Amino acid sequence: MTDTSERTDQLEGQTLAEIGADESIELAEQAQRRQSLWAIRWILFRRSLRHNWALFWENRIGRFGLGIIAFFAVLAVMPTIFFATGYWNPAIYDPVTGLEPNPPVQRFTVVNEITDPATQIDFTRVLLDNRIPNDVLPGDVVEIPLQPAPPDSRHWLGTDPLGRDVMSQLMHGARAAFFLGMLAAVVTVVIATIVGSVSAYFGGAIDAFFMRLADLLIMIPALAVLIVIGAIFEFQLWHLAVVIGILSGFGGTAIVLKSQALAVKVKPYIDAARVAGGSNTHIIVSHVIPNVMPLSFLYMMFTVTGAIQSEATLSFLGLLNVRTSWGLMLQLANNQGYLLQGLQYWWLLFPAGVAVTLLAMAFFLVGRAMDEVVNPRLRKR
Amino acid sequence: MTRYVARRLVQMAFLFLVFLTATWFLLYALPGDIVAQKYATNPNIPPEARRLAMERLGLDKPMLVQFRDYMVNFFTLDFGYSFNQYPRPVVDIIKERLPRTIVLFLTAVITYYWAGFAAGKYLAWRRGKRGEMAITVGGVALYTVFYPWFALIMLWLFASQLKLLPLGKFLDPDKWRNAPYPANDVFLRMFWLTLITSVVVFGIHLLARRIKDRTPRRLVAWAGTVAAVVAFLGYWWVGREGAVMRPYAADIAYHLILPVLTLTLVNFAGIMLLTRTSMLETMREDFILTARAKGLPEHMVRDRHAARTALLPVTTSLVLAVATVIDGGIITETVFSWPGMGEVLVSSVTLGDIPLAIASFSFIGVMALVGHFLVDLLYGILDPRIRVTAHG
Repeated sequence: MTDTSERTDQLEGQTLAEIGADESIELAEQAQRRQSLWAIRWILFRRSLRHNWALFWENRIGRFGLGIIAFFAVLAVMPTIFFATGYWNPAIYDPVTGLEPNPPVQRFTVVNEITDPATQIDFTRVLLDNRIPNDVLPGDVVEIPLQPAPPDSRHWLGTDPLGRDVMSQLMHGARAAFFLGMLAAVVTVVIATIVGSVSAYFGGAIDAFFMRLADLLIMIPALAVLIVIGAIFEFQLWHLAVVIGILSGFGGTAIVLKSQALAVKVKPYIDAARVAGGSNTHIIVSHVIPNVMPLSFLYMMFTVTGAIQSEATLSFLGLLNVRTSWGLMLQLANNQGYLLQGLQYWWLLFPAGVAVTLLAMAFFLVGRAMDEVVNPRLRKR
Repeated sequence: MTRYVARRLVQMAFLFLVFLTATWFLLYALPGDIVAQKYATNPNIPPEARRLAMERLGLDKPMLVQFRDYMVNFFTLDFGYSFNQYPRPVVDIIKERLPRTIVLFLTAVITYYWAGFAAGKYLAWRRGKRGEMAITVGGVALYTVFYPWFALIMLWLFASQLKLLPLGKFLDPDKWRNAPYPANDVFLRMFWLTLITSVVVFGIHLLARRIKDRTPRRLVAWAGTVAAVVAFLGYWWVGREGAVMRPYAADIAYHLILPVLTLTLVNFAGIMLLTRTSMLETMREDFILTARAKGLPEHMVRDRHAARTALLPVTTSLVLAVATVIDGGIITETVFSWPGMGEVLVSSVTLGDIPLAIASFSFIGVMALVGHFLVDLLYGILDPRIRVTAHG
């Protein structure tokens, strides 16, 4: 999102400054007298975390995003509590196999010619409808279960066309979204950090190979690839997470992290480590990667946004083999023609769509706010 | 510079080869060949006929022979026949669909870059004031909105409720029943004329910048733009063919509005946020302080000094936009039933129409590659600080 090649030297200066160089060195010395090296590292880490947290907390937009994430995290945990306490009966509230046994009913008079569609029903259609005993005659009153049913006290967000609870599906969808987003982000960041550090550190042929690979992956429209792969393989949620992680980890994120690692590579302490006899692996693991980490975490957030949206889109197109997800809820509503009916079936139209949008937005906003922490050029002071 | 371009071209050719090979093997693995799907379940077709069909299409050969044949044919520009619309050549389908995608694509990119840049400028300038949070959150919400869902809502709102715009599709078949021209002729005419007019307007502005004095410079720029637009409109109102085509062209343009509007709304916030970041970095530079100290009016400092420098990173983001817009285009075309490359890609992959799928995939790849290359060149031209060298 930002021009990373320029941000780099600030970043280094800033990590030191943020720890509060003088103070923390003093503190570290104190600690050294009585504590081990790891304890000192822990103190320094806590200090920098507290300072960065304070910077992050100043940002209203970041707080807003974090609030939304917390809200969805609570949503994702709730079904476990509800099922465990017996508040929800799995036979009714299961997101896939649940069924409301006593849905609200609507009364219709059977007629040959409909004059009032709200209270009358066509006789020929009644004969075809398997929900109604087929010994009715024109003039009888039949009761038809109303599915999808609007929200009531038992189903806070109503039920879907198959009689399943929308709230339960929404909560389970949140769980799926978190799982997918986190897994994709971790895969991306692990790959991108290693690829970026290694290709910056060694340069030459390794660098050329990984950067051309990244070019290739940026060039390919990811959704098109996912559609093709989705059409060929039975795609499950974690497959998708890994594929997204690989595409983005070897792609754009690797380039960004490489430019960061390049700036770290020319620092004096890298030379010092080399003179002191540190091996390449040692230098990369304990000097380059830790200094690339802040940026890695930032890109984790953006990956989560992308992953959640890809999942929703693929489920919406029916190319994903998942149990429940927000995209799947919308696919069902769309396939059965409820989406273009607009506000009449708002509980099918809005919860899932708004949830995808909000959670993706929240991770994006947190990423933006973290950007202002990591990149001092964007700060107000 | 020449060396750089040559190097890039070689790299691009190599990348494309890798891309094409990967695509071919990926699609070769597609389960259930189309011939089996079409004929095997049909009891009226004897196995003999099915075998002959496989033989005629060359599907009975070993995998590597098929691959070699495909590569040879591909580079002699023979893309084969579509399985699903047999015997229509693939190239015929792509020739029809590609301009439609490019038009949708270009119109959307131009609109949203312009809107995003303008919004980002204001946002950076108003930093910390009221409204910043609302605009940012609103923009990000649009940027990260669940796109197919949003497109359906737009469709429902504008087409179904307000009845202002058509319900998707490329044209209204009722109006075209007695049309004297095929839709593609009209569409291509629109495409080229708009392109020529834009190039002429751009050229006039470029020429006008050479004029030293302010008043004649503005006069030339404005007069030139007005003249070009009048010539463009004149063709459609007065021109012999133009006047006949006009209602049909208007119908296509009318169908273009909603997809472009949706793409713009979804994408502009990305550019807006990027411009804001870039502006904030620029505003810390000394020359902004100097410009203020000279007593220049705020809008001048903003538009002339800060915004122009801030434009550079925004231009680079076009690289990433190429892939994003193609992805967005696939969904847009599916939801709005716009018959372009994205729609072809999805339908050919799901129907197992392998020749069409590979060809459309590779055309999308070429579009992305060429776009990437052009933006890199453009960036080098715009920013003299970046030296395009052989190791670049």
